[in-house]
Amino acid sequence: MKPLRLVPDDTNLPFMSWVKYRTPVSLFLIVVSFVLFFTVGVNVGIDFVGGTAIEVQARGETADVGQIRAQLSALELGEVQVQTIDDARTVLIRIATQPGGEEAQQRAIDLVRATLSADEYVYRSTSVVGPRVSGELATTGFWAVLLTIVGIMAYIWLRFEWQFAIGAVATLVHDAILMVGFFAVTQIDFNLSSIAAILTVIGYSLNDTVVIFDRIREVLRKYKQMPIRDVINLATNQTLARTIMTSLTLLLSLGALYFFGGQVIRSFTASMIWGVFIATASSIFIGGPLLVYFNLRPPPATPSSRKEEDTLPVPQA
Amino acid sequence: MLQFSRLAMVSIISVIVLATVVVIPNLFSKETVDGWPSWMPKQQIVLGLDLQGGVYLLYEIDREEYVTTKLQGLATDVRSVLAEAPRVNYESFSSRAAVTQSQAVQFRLTDATQLETARRRLEPLRNQLGTSILGGAAGNYEFDLTIGADGLVRFTYSAAGLEQRINEIAQQSIEVIDRRINALGTVEPSIQRQGVDRILVEAPGLEDPQRLQDLIGQTAEMTFHLVDRSTPTVAVGTIAPEGKIVVPDATQAGVAWLLDANALIRGDQITRAQATLDQTNGAWVVAFGLNTSGARIFGEVTSANVNYPFAIVLDDTVISAPTIQSAILGGSGQITGNFTAQTANDLAILLRAGALPAKLTVIEQRTVSASLGEDSIRAGAIATIVALVWIAGFMMICYGLLGAFSVLALIAQNIIMLGILSLLGATLTLPGIAGIVLTMAMAVDANVLIYERMREEARAGRPVVVALDQGFRRALATIVDSHLTALIAAIALFWLGSGPIRGFAVTLGIGILSTLFTAYLITRLIVAIWYRARRPKAIPL
Repeated sequence: MKPLRLVPDDTNLPFMSWVKYRTPVSLFLIVVSFVLFFTVGVNVGIDFVGGTAIEVQARGETADVGQIRAQLSALELGEVQVQTIDDARTVLIRIATQPGGEEAQQRAIDLVRATLSADEYVYRSTSVVGPRVSGELATTGFWAVLLTIVGIMAYIWLRFEWQFAIGAVATLVHDAILMVGFFAVTQIDFNLSSIAAILTVIGYSLNDTVVIFDRIREVLRKYKQMPIRDVINLATNQTLARTIMTSLTLLLSLGALYFFGGQVIRSFTASMIWGVFIATASSIFIGGPLLVYFNLRPPPATPSSRKEEDTLPVPQA
Repeated sequence: MLQFSRLAMVSIISVIVLATVVVIPNLFSKETVDGWPSWMPKQQIVLGLDLQGGVYLLYEIDREEYVTTKLQGLATDVRSVLAEAPRVNYESFSSRAAVTQSQAVQFRLTDATQLETARRRLEPLRNQLGTSILGGAAGNYEFDLTIGADGLVRFTYSAAGLEQRINEIAQQSIEVIDRRINALGTVEPSIQRQGVDRILVEAPGLEDPQRLQDLIGQTAEMTFHLVDRSTPTVAVGTIAPEGKIVVPDATQAGVAWLLDANALIRGDQITRAQATLDQTNGAWVVAFGLNTSGARIFGEVTSANVNYPFAIVLDDTVISAPTIQSAILGGSGQITGNFTAQTANDLAILLRAGALPAKLTVIEQRTVSASLGEDSIRAGAIATIVALVWIAGFMMICYGLLGAFSVLALIAQNIIMLGILSLLGATLTLPGIAGIVLTMAMAVDANVLIYERMREEARAGRPVVVALDQGFRRALATIVDSHLTALIAAIALFWLGSGPIRGFAVTLGIGILSTLFTAYLITRLIVAIWYRARRPKAIPL
């Protein structure tokens, strides 16, 4: 059996010339993310604002969201959100924190249970998060993201030069913004697992970028005279097969989770699938290409004396 | 790079064998494994609440309420020691300082000559805490006392004292909760301390958090008091005269009882409590027995107060106020009230387990139904198998024989990861399963890096053995770099997460680490064996 080659050998795609398309696309997506974030906002879940979340599944074929909403708003529990998740049967009910402490939250749950009878609905899960805990979770979430960014920056700075660290952080911030944009567009419940998704995507995106960086460094050492632009282009082409292959295996994993992993983690996987696309694109079009603006090569002390045995591929301009 | 010493080969294979052995207990039920001889591995991966179904309750010790109660008690003590003859005079007594946010008991001495007398009497009230066997600092005072030259006396709760007390309260609360839940007998709960003042209770298999919450949330401070003879009941909100307290009735709204402030009997004098059916009217009651000192006091008081009521107070409400028919000398009696079998039983459990040293508040509660848990386990298992098949197929299509080698390495990686999870007795959650599935992609990523490198080397015209060797050698740094960045994210996740998310971080982290071992060493070993056996003329890539 002859192995299939998804990416042909010796690709010579002019990535650096495509960068001129990247900037408007990237900027557009970032602006859209920001605008949506500040107008529509993300659908912040009870993990970060506190409150009660109840997941019910209709025993019948479908759940009547309109009816549930009407029944629950009659209870006067303040802000109540009702949305279907996954399929038409499962409904997530969110109730804002009730004034009056612990007992008040429990009373709200009891009211809902009395209204939506157990004959019609299966109560799948219930969560109550108090204001103190949600505050703490929001703070730790923020610090976890910051800590990851700083940790990765430090690692890249130790292993590479500082220019690479800047390139890496640019990719990372770009990806994080577009991930948040995804949550604003889809209005998926933004909770602890969303932060987990963002961090995992950041980790993966960096993994991808680092592979390209490694190759850029290698090519830099190998071809002492090659212009930076061509170095980046060559390195991106040489690692292209790997980048595509790994993105595909990740998409296979995530696809299996999305289609078979059950409704509980579906939105978590959906956001990561989006993350794999942006991470792949950003590592090809942002991380590497940004290095063009820095002088990566110290002024040559000795004019290139060593000739490499490899034949030098001629990059397209 | 294709050379392996015999020692290296043996070590790699023993790691895989060892991991397999450690994973084996997970294939059997807990009961079966418990019956195995002691030399066999028994650690199993624990399923998280999101997979088993159950209740997760996070409690916090209510510091503010605790301090308020303690300062109220102190205020009473202060008044009584100052009232002793010769009386120390004071003015503007308050048990909460208006000047600052912090709570305090303060007043001003009106007679400057009594300053030293006051100090001598007040000093013992600072209540030096014992050297705690629980590790609290030795000899902290519970209260700080300042007496100004102008006669201003101020008691505040000392920070060090509070820390020590909270520490003790947390320990005691865990013991009390443990006794209460164990009395239920149905669940195998885990009760853990979190941080300084939090207690996490996890009860797998339990669906309704309400009963558990009722059982844990109640302080269950029980006292017996004599009821005022002339005016037994008053309206709620009536100011109590000196030496009396007003306690609301548990069932009749708006009604309160006027009771002696001093309790006759306290909950800790109750030695046994049991729900039983009353012989005469068939109602549920709680029968209790008192210890010797309790029995003696109860006997004296009941003989002196025949035909008058006494009140049973539970957590600041009167649950029952029976009239004393005759002297009760045996030290046992029964509590009537509108009990059902369950409420009577729960009260008996609470009395037996003792009172909580402070009020606990639920700050986070999560319940997952067993049916959702089952769905999640099934979905997780299917997703894992599908992902494994898809990735294996994909790798073999793209890399042929070498792809098949990476599938072997992937299977070894899964076994090692499960082995480590079993050894740690880690908790597997649904996001944890997602972590395992994602790690599969990470694991073959290392192979992809190696194989792509081999292709490049082969294309550059290097001989087979050199291309194979260079593929491993040159991909190593990249593999380490790329995996470590992902590991940084996993560590941050671990630190961020509680429960399910932490499960994700754990599998992701362990997955990444085990991948470094398997993708690199095991694939290399297989390739080396294959090369030695076949001496291929070209790399099948």
